[in-house]
Amino acid sequence: MEELLKFENFTFQYNAQTKPTLIDINLTVHKGEKILIAGPSGCGKSTLIHCINGLIPFSYKGENRGRLTIKGKDTNKMSLFEISKSVGTVLQDSDAQFVGMTVAEDIAFALENDCVGEPKLHDTVNEVAGLVNVDKLLDHAPTELSGGQKQRVSVAGVMVDDVELLLFDEPLANLDPATGKQAVELIDNVGKRTGAAVIIVEHRLEDVLYKDVDRIVLMYEGRIIRDCTPDELLSESALKEHGIREPLYITALKYSNVNITPDMKPGHIDTIRLSDSDMKKVFDFYESIEEPKERGTRDKLLEVSDITFAYKEGHSPVLKNINLCIDRGEMVAIVGTNGAGKSTFSKVICGFEPGYEGKITFAGEDFDSLSIKERAEHIGFVLQNPNQMISKVMIMDEVAMGLRLRGASEEEIATKTEQALKICGLWKFRNWPISALSFGQKKRVTIASILTLEPEMIILDEPTAGQDYRHYTEIMDFLKEINEKGVTVLMITHDMHLMLEYAERAVVFSDGRIIADDTCASIITNPDIVREANLKETSLYELAKDCKIEDGTGFVRRFIDYERTVVNVKEREA
Amino acid sequence: MNNLFNYIDRPSPIHRLTGATKFVCLMLWSAAAMSTYDTRFLAILGAASLVMFKVSRIKYKDVSFLLSFTFVFLIMNNILVYLFSPLHGCEIYNSTTYLLPYTGHFAPTAEQLFYHLNYFLKYLATIPIVLLFVCTTNPSEFASSLNKIGVKYSVAYSVSLALRYIPDVQRQYHEISQASQARGIEMSRKTNIVNRLKSASTILIPLILTSMDRIEVISNAMELRGFGKRDKRTWYMAHPFRRPDIVCMIVCAILVVIAIALNIINGSRFYNPFMQI
Repeated sequence: MEELLKFENFTFQYNAQTKPTLIDINLTVHKGEKILIAGPSGCGKSTLIHCINGLIPFSYKGENRGRLTIKGKDTNKMSLFEISKSVGTVLQDSDAQFVGMTVAEDIAFALENDCVGEPKLHDTVNEVAGLVNVDKLLDHAPTELSGGQKQRVSVAGVMVDDVELLLFDEPLANLDPATGKQAVELIDNVGKRTGAAVIIVEHRLEDVLYKDVDRIVLMYEGRIIRDCTPDELLSESALKEHGIREPLYITALKYSNVNITPDMKPGHIDTIRLSDSDMKKVFDFYESIEEPKERGTRDKLLEVSDITFAYKEGHSPVLKNINLCIDRGEMVAIVGTNGAGKSTFSKVICGFEPGYEGKITFAGEDFDSLSIKERAEHIGFVLQNPNQMISKVMIMDEVAMGLRLRGASEEEIATKTEQALKICGLWKFRNWPISALSFGQKKRVTIASILTLEPEMIILDEPTAGQDYRHYTEIMDFLKEINEKGVTVLMITHDMHLMLEYAERAVVFSDGRIIADDTCASIITNPDIVREANLKETSLYELAKDCKIEDGTGFVRRFIDYERTVVNVKEREA
Repeated sequence: MNNLFNYIDRPSPIHRLTGATKFVCLMLWSAAAMSTYDTRFLAILGAASLVMFKVSRIKYKDVSFLLSFTFVFLIMNNILVYLFSPLHGCEIYNSTTYLLPYTGHFAPTAEQLFYHLNYFLKYLATIPIVLLFVCTTNPSEFASSLNKIGVKYSVAYSVSLALRYIPDVQRQYHEISQASQARGIEMSRKTNIVNRLKSASTILIPLILTSMDRIEVISNAMELRGFGKRDKRTWYMAHPFRRPDIVCMIVCAILVVIAIALNIINGSRFYNPFMQI
């Protein structure tokens, strides 16, 4: 096969840094290949991508050693624009990638820059839009599109150039599970149709592996440590050791002491071949765990009855007859498609959107007459992007802001901020500027600044979006901890793993209604709900079926319980 | 959410003109309306601008916010002019005709009221045209036609890019302000203006920071797709100049000529009906 891209002993160091970010990279990509690059945050994946698409060295300066060639040509001797003719990049944030005022203009962007005239300009746009199925949306503005549609437009926008290599930087971030699945299909289709090689950077490994990839490249601390087929990699323990989450069915097999080998084809839940003794092992594992106990009843904290809400009078309502009860001390996930009303619901509870019909009570008290500020003393709301919430330079000031604005005494402020900072593990950073913190730490700052007001409940919008497995675990364990200290936690999420692992209960929104309110295991194994709410089934359920375990839901439930009680406790102790 | 810079897509002859034509016409029309106080001429321009509004199919409710805003501004302006120089009209027209038996400093004179009428007509002749331009010009098409009349494409494109991101920034502002209010920042009318401005500034910082993040991503995205590669680019939304475009520009140019001619004939910028009296 023809070589398209080749790194030879390639090392790269940013000008602002003392150590190289990429060390001794050797990687060859052939024509038409499909490669997944995985690795924890800071392992150099993004830098690698930037080297390939030319942003390094054109936008980000640094020094490189070794060679990087595209179709035999040294990239040091190419211009950014020359590279962009063969390499198309779809950025992580498809919202920001969207440059045009409308879908058509965005697809046309690269052609316009290339001085393509009429009628070829309009013809190419129509043709490519048809390929990715956005031809009916040509005159739509970006705000009128769903996340999945925006991504289709982004793909179309780079396909107009007949590129030979397509780069996808975390294509699944910000997509709901079912849309993510479609995105993986789309990428697969585009690659096959155009014959272009595809490189996907993503840490949601199981989701990408839904369609075949040729190789997985595992990166860690600037080096490539594995470069092999999915079947090989999943048989080893390299993924887990380097902070990447394995597919859940693999984890379950490992818990059952099944010895996984490449010839079992473990790359895919549909292809995996289990021997009778393997199935027996899984079954024994299932039998060995006790059915988790139902938890006892607790006090009601938040009661929502018959809420209906529309953004504008006369418009169709975004929330329709919502009834929900959250008990004190619960950890609940809210799931559903984009635009199903999840965020609107939490905004209505927090008082951001007055003018709803229905009744909200909190700890038995009437909530409807309270203002945003008054409600905030009971319920804290944490936005997805911490940068949207931070308005002070120093950590201390930021965390103290809420109390200061409420006119608390300096003494009270000092004790309460100290407490909040300690809970959030930020006490040693207290005198740092916020700009010196990582994304995950900033998120904690925003949570700390909410905790100073001592709310009984906090609502988080996508608490772990864009985080790798290590940070994900860090944030979620931290939330679990404050939950154990008595704070009720409500999480809006697209992440099925998060829901399964951390929530006791899930509330499913679809088209402004609650269509299910049950344990996570029952929801994720109910095909009707999964379909209607754009969720994704878990591979555990299929594994249970493969192993002839009749109660698939029970298997999922026991697996989660085992992880929570046995494995996590062991790991925490270690 | 209300978008101030609202392009409203409706089929009309005015929408079909190119953005550059509309821009040039707007400039010429305003020059004509600004240069003279000839009441007859302004009245004709005012009437014409209302007719064009009708033709463009833009409805009153589409622009009610901006219109009421300018109306309030116009009233205030007139009151201030009257308060500070109630005899301005008399100086201009070189005559004084009291309308009431009272003849003090603030006594109404026919000249002053006539001056205010002119003032009002000037607004009437220009404001609808400005609104018309805003509402009927597709920002991308405008960028392409700016480029066509010689503006560098990077400058022209930044106009449409800014318009592309206004709704995004508005949405973000809304989100940030809600979250800040939850933390106790008072934004409602309950507090005084100084506190409200202070509160607004605490929202601006996160807004600016998140916008800066985005700018980096956007400029990378644009470069990766070849923006800035060549000296020229084509435009998907471009329209060729057609006969109505040429006609409109010629008509507007004639208006300027008429305005200048009137200034010469009248001997000043004002048309003076009080001379004969």
